[in-house]
Amino acid sequence: MTGFGVEVRDLTARYGTTTALDAVSFTLRPGVITGLLGRNGSGKTTALSVLAAFRRRTSGTVLVDGEDPWENERVLAGTCLVRESGDVANDQKLRETLEFLGDRRPLFSRELAGTLMDRFELDPLSRPDRLSRGKRSAFGVVVGLASRTPLTLLDEVHLGMDAPSRYAFYDALLADWVEHPRTIVLSSHLIGEIERLLEDVVVLDRGTVLTASDAETLRAGGVTVTGPADAVTAFVVGRDVVARQQLGRTAQATLIGARPDDAALARQHGLELGPVALQDLFVHLTDRPAAASTTEESR
Amino acid sequence: MFDGRDPLYVQIADQIRADVLSGALAAEEQVMSTTQYATTFRINPATAAKAFTELVDEGVLYKRRGIGMFVADGARERLLEQRRATFFADVVEPMLEQARVLGITTDEIVARLTTGEQR
Repeated sequence: MTGFGVEVRDLTARYGTTTALDAVSFTLRPGVITGLLGRNGSGKTTALSVLAAFRRRTSGTVLVDGEDPWENERVLAGTCLVRESGDVANDQKLRETLEFLGDRRPLFSRELAGTLMDRFELDPLSRPDRLSRGKRSAFGVVVGLASRTPLTLLDEVHLGMDAPSRYAFYDALLADWVEHPRTIVLSSHLIGEIERLLEDVVVLDRGTVLTASDAETLRAGGVTVTGPADAVTAFVVGRDVVARQQLGRTAQATLIGARPDDAALARQHGLELGPVALQDLFVHLTDRPAAASTTEESR
Repeated sequence: MFDGRDPLYVQIADQIRADVLSGALAAEEQVMSTTQYATTFRINPATAAKAFTELVDEGVLYKRRGIGMFVADGARERLLEQRRATFFADVVEPMLEQARVLGITTDEIVARLTTGEQR
């Protein structure tokens, strides 16, 4: 078992008159850690909730391990969604929740749960409604990781945690994934810390898929060009420029759509190329007005 | 670490090649496992594994089943040979290109190289 694959085609989800997802299509490769990235309100939580059958879709096709997850016992037994709230019984002792999950989820690891409880300094006798936001998130991580489900969906769980706890979470996630490979989705709008953990990336924007690819391809598409302002201007003609800064006579432009001969060309004109962090690329991609989100080619 | 423009796995492989070239990693010495790499640098294990695969294909590393990855015998010599072969294209030509942009003459470069050698 390397995890469930997911196939989403033309998925639409509406709440009353609000369209949260509009004909969205993407796939999640089995056994891969994928980042579901998007700004607040872009549809991340709705998408994950549909995958985990927490809510019904309006139309479209969703296949988890080849089957529709809705009222599907086998698929849902292998799926775990943890939202920021923790998705656990608030008035129950943490220990009782873990025992309940241990009885109910075939792959649940009591050992890993115990290790993580210690790591996050969580008291098994405490209750979620008496925990701070960070501790509640940490407990969500314990549930998500210890369940070892073939499809584990962690919706912004790390946002409430403090830095040492987040790092502990990343380390535990990687170490346990190596031992027990499975499909994991991390959703977030804060990407900097998690970008290297991701093999694939799906970017949602306003209920549609902006881009979906492996993280490396997305990252490699972005490039900064720095040098004399005139040379930078000449270099970027006809390119998809998403940002531009100027300091004196030196300019820096950020492009999307790097080309193989860029390096040689830049050297020829005394320009320097630099990387663009996934977080910056994400901001550039999702910070445009809706009408301008398509590539402007001036050729 | 690993914040250049190249794909992450290329940067990881480059780091290991550099360590082999400098002698920091000797022949038959064990290198960190994929898991150690992934957890030490908080990198996706599949990305780290891709770097190792590339180095195995190049004959820089080899795998001992159930034990781990080791530096291949003669890896340093092979890397040296490759680097020497591409030294002029990779290092000297970009430098000359820069010199041309900056208006530094070949004579000045030769003079600097000569004094550099004497030091």
